[in-house]
Amino acid sequence: MKKNKVIKFFTESNKAFTLISILLGFIIGGLILWFSGFNPFTAYAVIFKGIFSKPSYISYTIIRSTPLILTGLSVAFAFRTGLFNIGAEGQYIVGSAAAALAGYYIQLPAVLLIPLVILIAIISSGIWGAIAGLLKSKYGIHEVISTIMLNWIALYLQNYITKIKGFAKPNSEASKFIQDAANITFFDNWKHSDKGMAWLNNHHFAKEILRTPANFGIIIAILCALLVWIILNKTTLGYKLRAVGFNKEAARYAGINIEKYMIISMFISGSLAGLAGALHVMGVSHNITNLSAMEGYGFDGIAVALIGSNAAFGTIWSGFLFGALKYGGTKIQPFMGAPSEIISIMIGTIVFFISMPNIIKISLNKILLKNKKRGEDVK
Amino acid sequence: MLNNIALIIGVTLMYSTPLIFTALGGVVSEKSGVVNIGLEGMMVIGAFIAATVGYYSGNPWLAFLAGGLAGAFFGLLHAIASVSFSADQVVSGIAINFLGPGVALFLSRIFFNGATMTKSIDLDNKMPRLLNGIFHKDSFLYYILDNQYATTYIAFILVFVIWYILKKTVLGLRLKAVGEHPAAADTLGINVFKIRYLAVITSGFLAGLGGATLSISVVSNFRPTLVSGQGFIALAAMIFGKWKPVGAMLACLLFGLAQGLVVFLGQFQIQIPSQFLNMLPYILTLIVLVAFVGKSVAPLADGIPYEKEQKH
Repeated sequence: MKKNKVIKFFTESNKAFTLISILLGFIIGGLILWFSGFNPFTAYAVIFKGIFSKPSYISYTIIRSTPLILTGLSVAFAFRTGLFNIGAEGQYIVGSAAAALAGYYIQLPAVLLIPLVILIAIISSGIWGAIAGLLKSKYGIHEVISTIMLNWIALYLQNYITKIKGFAKPNSEASKFIQDAANITFFDNWKHSDKGMAWLNNHHFAKEILRTPANFGIIIAILCALLVWIILNKTTLGYKLRAVGFNKEAARYAGINIEKYMIISMFISGSLAGLAGALHVMGVSHNITNLSAMEGYGFDGIAVALIGSNAAFGTIWSGFLFGALKYGGTKIQPFMGAPSEIISIMIGTIVFFISMPNIIKISLNKILLKNKKRGEDVK
Repeated sequence: MLNNIALIIGVTLMYSTPLIFTALGGVVSEKSGVVNIGLEGMMVIGAFIAATVGYYSGNPWLAFLAGGLAGAFFGLLHAIASVSFSADQVVSGIAINFLGPGVALFLSRIFFNGATMTKSIDLDNKMPRLLNGIFHKDSFLYYILDNQYATTYIAFILVFVIWYILKKTVLGLRLKAVGEHPAAADTLGINVFKIRYLAVITSGFLAGLGGATLSISVVSNFRPTLVSGQGFIALAAMIFGKWKPVGAMLACLLFGLAQGLVVFLGQFQIQIPSQFLNMLPYILTLIVLVAFVGKSVAPLADGIPYEKEQKH
C-alpha cells in the first residue's frame, strides 16, 4: 500500500518528476565529465562555490537569472495559451533596442523616465510578438515560422539602430549609453564617486555586491511572475486564454473570439520577453551592441519554461537554476580545464527527461509485462 | 548581365544546399508523424563531427558520412524519447537543440585544446568540386556550376530519391500511413514503432549531412556560429513547402535566392543600408507566406505519440 503511494508520487506528480529529471541531468553530466577525465565532484564543487561563495557571485547569479526568468515567463505564457513562441529571442532584442533608444533620447526625471522607458519597450516588443499572432490568426501562418523570421529581422533591425548617426558611439560597434535618469543599477553614480568609494572601502559586503551591476530587475521579474499567475488564474482574460490553449474548437464553440485572443496572448508573451531586454539595457549593459549572432536569452527561455512546467512560480525557480548553472559553469573552464559546455549538456538532458513524463510508467509497464510473460511461460 | 544572373544562381545553390538536406530530414520525420524541431541541434553536431573527422582523416567523404551518422545518433535519441516513451516531441526536440551544440563544443574543447573552433581542413581535403575546370572561364555555366561542391548535386539527387520513396514505394506508403492514421496502419500489420524509428533516425542523418555540408563544403571548419539558426530555417522551409520534398526544396531555393540577391545587391553603392538587405530573405519569406501559401496542413498524426492499446 505504502509502496504504491510512493510509486504514484513519482509517476504522477509533476514536481517530483521535474526533480528526478534535474537529478538525472546532474548524474549524466557528471558521468560525461568523468569519461572525459575530469572529476565530477570537483567540477560540481567548483560550480557550487562559483555560485555561492562570495556575495558578488550571488549577485551575478541573480543578474544572470533575471532575463531568463522573464523570457521563461514569456514562453510559458504562450505555451499555456496553445502557442509556441520561439520568438522570445527577437522580442528580447526589440525590447532592448527600444529601451536603449528611449533611454538615450527622452529627457525626463528618473521617476517618470524609468516607467516610460519600460512602457515603450514592452509596447514595442508586445507589438513584435503580436505580429506573429496576427499572421497566425489572419493568414494561418504557423507561429514557429513567423517568429523565426521575426527573430532575424529584429537582429538586423537592432544592428541598424546601433549605427544610427548621433546614437552610435563613434569608432565602435556599440550605441551610446542611456542617461543616468534611465539607469536602474543600484547607486550607479554614487558607487563610482569619491565619497561612495571611500564609504564602500569600509563596508566589505556592500562593496562586494555593488561591484556587480546589481539592479532592480529581479524585483520586477518576480512581480511579473506574480502578475502572470494572476492573469492566468484569476481573471476572465486568463480563463479565456487558457480555454483557447486547451481546446481551440471548444473555445470557439463557447463564443470566444480565438483570433483576438491569439493576438493578445502573443502581445503579452512578447512584452515579457521585451521587458527582459529592457531591464538588461537599463540595469546591466546601459547600451546595445552590433549583434553577429543571437544571444540566446529567448531560446534559453524555452528550456526555463519547460523545466518550470510552464507555471509562473516554477519559472522563477528554473530561471534561477539555469542562471546559476550558466554563471557557475563558466568557472570550471579556468579552474580545471573542463569545458563549461557541460552546462548545456546538463540542461539538454534535464529537458530531454522532462519531455517524457510517462517514461517511468511505461518502463514499469514493460517490466511488469515481461515478468508476467515469463510467469506464463513457466506455467 | 548573364554573368550577374549566373552569380546569383551560384550563390543561391551554395546557400540552399545545407538547407535542402536538413529540410528533407524534416519531411521524412514529420511524414511519419514525429515533429522534429531538433534539426538545428542535429545540424550542429553533424557540422562539428564532419569538420573533426575531415581534419584528422583528410577524407571528405568519410567526414561527410561521419557528420550524417552523428546526426543519426541524435535522431536515435529523439526517436527513443518520442516513439518509445511517448514524449512531447517539441520538448524532446528542444532538448536536442541544447544537447547538439553542447556536445559539439564540449568535444571541440577536448579535441582542439580548449578551442571552440576546429582547425581548418586543407583546401585539397574539402568536398571536391565535381565540375571544376570543365567550362570555359567566360561561359554562363562556369559561374553556376564550377564553384559547386559535390554536396550540391547530392542534395538534389536526394530530393528525387526521397520524393520517389514517398510516392512510389511500399515503404513510402507505409511511412505516410503511419503519419496519418497510425492506429489504422497498425491494424494492417505495419509496425508503427519500427517505421517511426527508421524515419527519425534518417531525419537525423539528413540533418547531419546538412551540417556537414556547412563545415566541409561552404567553409572548411566548425565554429560556434556556423549553423546559427539554419536548422530552424530548414524547419520553416519544410512547413512552407507543405511537408513535401519538392516543396521543401523550392522553399530552400527561394531562401537561397534571397541570399543570392543580398550578395548581388551588396556589390553596388546603393542607398539601402546593408542591415535592411540582410533582412530581405526573412521578410521575403513572410511576404510569400502571406501572399501565396496560407494555411499549410501537417500530416494528421504529426506530433501525436502513438501508444498501442494495452491488452488486458
